Amino acid sequence: MTATHADYRLSQLDQLEAESIHIFREAAAEFEKPVLMFSGGKDSIVMLRLAEKAFFPAKIPFPVLQIDNGLDFPEVAETRDRWVQRLGVRLVIASIDDAIARGIVVDDGKTSRNRLQTPTLLNAIEENGFTAAFGGGRRDEEKARAKERVYSHRDEFGQWDPKMQRPELWSLYNGRLHEGEHMRIFPISNWTELDIWDYIGREGIEIPQVYFAHQRRVFERDGMLLTETPLNPLREGEVVTERTVRYRTCGDMTLTGCVESTASTIPEIIEEVAAARVTERGATRGDDRFSEAAMEDRKKEGYF
Amino acid sequence: MAMDLLRFATAGSVDDGKSTLIGRLLFDSKSIFTDQLESVEKTSQDKGHGYVDLSLLTDGLRSEREQGITIDVAYRYFATPNRKFIIADTPGHVQYTRNMVTGASTADLGLVLVDARHGLTEQSRRHAVLLSLLRVPHLVLCINKMDLVDYSQEVYNKISAEFTAFATKLNIPDLEVIPISALQGDNVVTRSTSMDWYSGPTLIHHLEHVHVASDRDLVDVRLPVQYVIRPKSDDHHDYRGYAGQVAGGVLKPGDEVMVLPSGMTSKIAGIDLFDKEIPEAFPPMSVTVRLEDDVDVSRGDMISRVKNAPEPSQDIDAMICWMTNAPLRPRQKLAIKHTSNSARALIKDIQYRLDVNSLHRDLETKELGLNEIGRVQLRTTKPLLCDPYSKNRTTGSFILIDEATGVTVGAGMIND
Ligand SMILES: Nc1nc2c(ncn2[C@@H]2O[C@H](COP(=O)(O)OP(=O)(O)OP(=O)(O)O)[C@@H](O)[C@H]2O)c(=O)[nH]1
Ligand SMILES: [Mg+2]
Repeated sequence: MTATHADYRLSQLDQLEAESIHIFREAAAEFEKPVLMFSGGKDSIVMLRLAEKAFFPAKIPFPVLQIDNGLDFPEVAETRDRWVQRLGVRLVIASIDDAIARGIVVDDGKTSRNRLQTPTLLNAIEENGFTAAFGGGRRDEEKARAKERVYSHRDEFGQWDPKMQRPELWSLYNGRLHEGEHMRIFPISNWTELDIWDYIGREGIEIPQVYFAHQRRVFERDGMLLTETPLNPLREGEVVTERTVRYRTCGDMTLTGCVESTASTIPEIIEEVAAARVTERGATRGDDRFSEAAMEDRKKEGYF
Repeated sequence: MAMDLLRFATAGSVDDGKSTLIGRLLFDSKSIFTDQLESVEKTSQDKGHGYVDLSLLTDGLRSEREQGITIDVAYRYFATPNRKFIIADTPGHVQYTRNMVTGASTADLGLVLVDARHGLTEQSRRHAVLLSLLRVPHLVLCINKMDLVDYSQEVYNKISAEFTAFATKLNIPDLEVIPISALQGDNVVTRSTSMDWYSGPTLIHHLEHVHVASDRDLVDVRLPVQYVIRPKSDDHHDYRGYAGQVAGGVLKPGDEVMVLPSGMTSKIAGIDLFDKEIPEAFPPMSVTVRLEDDVDVSRGDMISRVKNAPEPSQDIDAMICWMTNAPLRPRQKLAIKHTSNSARALIKDIQYRLDVNSLHRDLETKELGLNEIGRVQLRTTKPLLCDPYSKNRTTGSFILIDEATGVTVGAGMIND
């Protein structure tokens, strides 16, 4: 936002930005040890941008935390490193492999990596003594997320109790905690996928290349297009073809699908998103497809 | 393109059709994605419903789907070419009134649903009272399930008259009454062909055109300081900025301001929004203000005008909505959060309890039970910088927190 408006009205994007900045400042003032959960995806980049704005010209007064599941896109890690370096924030990496090696997380060979992220995250929060963790969850993503407060209370086990959420009125956020509990804070709760893209376009900020159309060797599984990678061996009958694709979300490479697309600029992506008939998670997230309450169940356990 | 934003919340008794209406609004405005629709169709079939249950689009929790009711607010989003909408679909069940209040507190507009067969209930009245106390400036009464009363104009007239009579006793500046069928879609997005006698707007038309910009206060300058920005770096060694979200008025560089509670005055040296200096700031912008003098300002202070500042006070008179099982009683001590300020509060007196049906003031009962509303006097441990809620929804509101459990138990609106 640069010029003010003659009639003292803010565009909806400016209103969302103002709300998010307010949330960051409240939390930074009230919590002893906040951390920002950063995946390197578009939502966490927008979140980091908003944090940058909230405290400028001072540096962001908290570190960023990444859960490394060993299955992230290399392009995402590169973008992440550039952001972290430019802002001069401390990066804490909690890796699943490390957590397994240390016996904190048990890999029984049956539990997906996606599920192992939760205990790894909870352990990182506990070990570092973080009292609040900012997340890039948006309410428009999924129906269980649509129910969550901006300040989402977690008990000593990191669990969310959707039936006992604290009332949350106006912009008065209640950050009270008991020993061992923590708060998940969602500054971009009210943003939609389209808002995120509008904002990325407006701000001209860097996001990983996988969001733009590119050539990729992919194969089909469960109705999704997955990337060819040694981390995800082909099953019988699966064939690799080269296609022009892009990602709508950036998660675990073995579970996140891409969509066929020729959108190679932000305006083209905005046009595509505006016309999309399938939600970003529905289209591309294997982790949400297990059951109708997959996200709710994972959130209750302490997932992002 | 500058799109504006309208936040609205649903209200009304359990089963009056709030979630179905939101589902219908999203569906008919083509804001539903195919995977969401498929999932709802499948669940409806599995449950043996004779039609696609659109309430499943917002009832996102497992227990909500099992019980067929809304338990907590669901936030949904959609946009038409000129406006983005943030919808809070709230529960009608009396047990979850606190969640309705959560959704309504930030709304510009309230949609009260009434089942045409049953007319007004205690719960529809309670919600109308809450919307009026929360000063949600625009209200729409949707008389729903018109399909079950043969789209009768008499039924519409009767409920409309009854509600209008009730509303005159409340503070409702703008009221529209629309007969609808959330299930069939009549007058939601498309005009009903079964109610020729109705010539008013469809719901979507009203939502798109209701004028909300004038609801903000651009006169009384209020900037609650949230955070003091002091970069410890060589580049910005002397920078000291007071960050906050403008709650009222227009601030400009050069303006003479007063910092409360100290009462010290200074001039605005500059207003920053990220790396740019801006010529003015107004609600609801989040900005950083620099002052010309080295006055002492910290979180919880308020920047306002010399001749127009809130009165610092430790005695507060407010309407309180009580949101927990154990009743509120005199002598009780609670934590209070007001703008960016926190303190402790003592309940000095409960002046009356409001009967939501008759609007009668019960002066005898000296306590407030779960979901009850009353007028309360509090004394705080330090002065708060308050305005009447009728003047400013930000500086006129507060929450009460149970110090033992940490749970938010009360919502307060300061009286004139
Ligand atoms: N015939 C008819 N049925 C309707 C209409 N609107 C809603 N219903 C039905 O009424 C029942 C309750 O609808 P919901 O939308 O869940 O009600 P609600 O107001 O959201 O209920 P709570 O959120 O639990 O307070 C469902 O079975 C709906 O299908 C309508 O216009 N006509
Ligand atoms: Mg409902």
